[in-house]
Amino acid sequence: MPVFFEVRQLVAPGDLIAEGEYIAGENTYKEDEKIYASRLGLVETENKKVSVVALKAFYIPKAGDIVIGTVVEVGFNGWTVDINAPYPAILRAGDVLSRPFRPQKDDLSQVLDMGDLIVAKIASYDRTHDPQLTVGEPGLGKITRGQILKITPTKIPRVIGRKGSMISMIKQETGCNIILGLNGVILITGKTLEGEQLAVMAIHKIDEESHTSGLTDRVTQMVKEEKAKMEENKNE
Amino acid sequence: MNDKPEKLIDKKGLRLDGRKPDELRPIKIEVGALSNADGSAYIEQGKNKILAAAYGPREVHPKHLALQDRMLLRCRYHMAPFSVQERKSPAPSRREVEISKVIRESLQPSIFMEYYPRTGLDVFVEVLQADGGTRCASITAAALAVADAGIPMRDIVVACAAGKIEDTVVLDLMDEEDKMGSADVPLALMPNLNAVTLLQMDGILTLEEFEQAVNLAIEGCKKISVIQKETLKAKYVDVKEVEE
Amino acid sequence: MSSVITRVKQKQIAQLIEKGKRLDGRELTDYREITIEQGIIERAEGSARVLLGKTEVLAGTKIELGEPFPDTPNEGVLTVNAELVPLASPTFEPGPPDENSIELARIVDRGIRESKAIDTEKLCIEPGKKVFVIFVDVYVLNHDGNLIDASALAATAALLNTKMSKYQIEDGEVKLTSGYTQLPVKKHPITVTSAKIDNKLVVDPCLEEEQVMDARISIAIDDDDNIRAIQKGGNGYFTPEQIQEAAKTAKEKAKQLRKKLDW
Repeated sequence: MPVFFEVRQLVAPGDLIAEGEYIAGENTYKEDEKIYASRLGLVETENKKVSVVALKAFYIPKAGDIVIGTVVEVGFNGWTVDINAPYPAILRAGDVLSRPFRPQKDDLSQVLDMGDLIVAKIASYDRTHDPQLTVGEPGLGKITRGQILKITPTKIPRVIGRKGSMISMIKQETGCNIILGLNGVILITGKTLEGEQLAVMAIHKIDEESHTSGLTDRVTQMVKEEKAKMEENKNE
Repeated sequence: MNDKPEKLIDKKGLRLDGRKPDELRPIKIEVGALSNADGSAYIEQGKNKILAAAYGPREVHPKHLALQDRMLLRCRYHMAPFSVQERKSPAPSRREVEISKVIRESLQPSIFMEYYPRTGLDVFVEVLQADGGTRCASITAAALAVADAGIPMRDIVVACAAGKIEDTVVLDLMDEEDKMGSADVPLALMPNLNAVTLLQMDGILTLEEFEQAVNLAIEGCKKISVIQKETLKAKYVDVKEVEE
Repeated sequence: MSSVITRVKQKQIAQLIEKGKRLDGRELTDYREITIEQGIIERAEGSARVLLGKTEVLAGTKIELGEPFPDTPNEGVLTVNAELVPLASPTFEPGPPDENSIELARIVDRGIRESKAIDTEKLCIEPGKKVFVIFVDVYVLNHDGNLIDASALAATAALLNTKMSKYQIEDGEVKLTSGYTQLPVKKHPITVTSAKIDNKLVVDPCLEEEQVMDARISIAIDDDDNIRAIQKGGNGYFTPEQIQEAAKTAKEKAKQLRKKLDW
């Protein structure tokens, strides 16, 4: 049964990847015993499943995902949060306030206002409703400082690396704390501005070269070189 | 200023710009030039210069237009005032409204609309310079912009026109041929599925000539589709080569 | 994400400006990289494409024959129009020009008109009856801040690129003949926009800076360092000292740009 593309070969929407008894995986579709790509990406096969790892895609919410978003509207009993997805997310007042919510007395903008950044978890999402957020767990809530980066969500796994190798290296070399929102938004908080900028540079490089191999080594090398340069400049 | 040429095809069978009847005009395509749009593409075909952008999936404004079970596709085809010989007023003309609709209908079958209910996909096409066959070049660019935005599609729609000038069926009419020829048949295609998503015709053709024109247009579409897909992949192939 | 700027970014911008720097590493009075290409739309009588950082503006000129205004029978007509087309930004909606695109067009127009960049008497064919009408259409293709300066540069560059058809008058009728003359452009106005952020002035605001600015001031300077037009915009205010500072900066930056562009 023929497969027309090799693994890790680049395919475009409409390219015929395989013909025969295969299962259509992510970013593919099946029509008449033929499997076609539906997004630009790299071919992957796992037994009978043929899928495409998309090079660029937008974030679709999934319950349990950690995301970083911006408050865009303060309502009467909650906030609307932009989570860089086609759907706006809702954070209910009851989730944030530790006591019962009194609509007439409580001014929600005192708690979270337009323009505030939050780390939250997707509590629920389905096709008929906008995603609901929760901040009721440790590590979640309002962000007060740091650098925010946006990359296409499909590349977050690359930033993590195999068994977390990439992200641990960056954290260690730059001395920064990094929160990776699965919606493609990344928060970097470091002790120094230079450390933060170094982490930003590393992540940009991963974003641009995510489809290549040997990336972890190249990024590690670049981070070490730039760090050395920064030390030199400081000493001058 | 605008001397009308006497013949559109000379004795050797060559057209005003030296092309053979089944030859496409030179085409150049670029992807991703606009930083704000989610996806974008730019095409030059002959003297046509057309920019297309896709925004979405995103919230629909006004909200009441959103569809409960699928994405809403909206298209706007618009010509810049300086794109044509006599300055065109920026307000949308009836022709632009019709073309916006047929472009939308040519892209619709290729997009997995059901995946993203209650969202909208807005496709904008701006013709910066027009030289005949703008709706086809617009579709070619618009479909690529949608693919560049990472929106799942069955195939990348591609379009090309065929027609008749004097007694010959020809491919890819330029402005003079469009205006002075005897028929124009724009066609859009999902190449791998062999599905025609746009078809219009004006002029006069026998049944045989029409079949010829359609086949010629489909051939032209397939050639342009190769350029479209290569352009989309090229952004990533380059870096791969650097690494090796 | 949406056009709501985050508090965190706002603070970042303010902290950097305190130290005399901006998000992209520029000094407070630095312009982003500027590229100007002329003649890219052959069908238009003149055209120019300006890249100011990631802001992209295309301007095209079309020339038609028309009647002069009754109060200026010896002068041709110059008219500037601007389109903020939806593909340039998620915040632009299709439809007739809104107050932003009209203001943009009029600011660009004033810069050119007040500088007397074009001798409109040279556009007159038959006084009171026939004149050349020049349409300048400014088309914003990508909005990353400071559309005013980018559009003003594009419009002027397009005019410098414009060719007028030669003509002769036969039996009282104007007949266009073959051949072209270059549109006589005498002056090269340059508009410099400064934004007020946290009581400091920054030149050439990018989109994020525009989202946090209190107000902006755009000043058109001619080849002789004179001020020809000014427009203050935004919901905030400037002190008289800031206005003088902006004017001085505009003069310096215009001179620098003029040298760089060889205008």
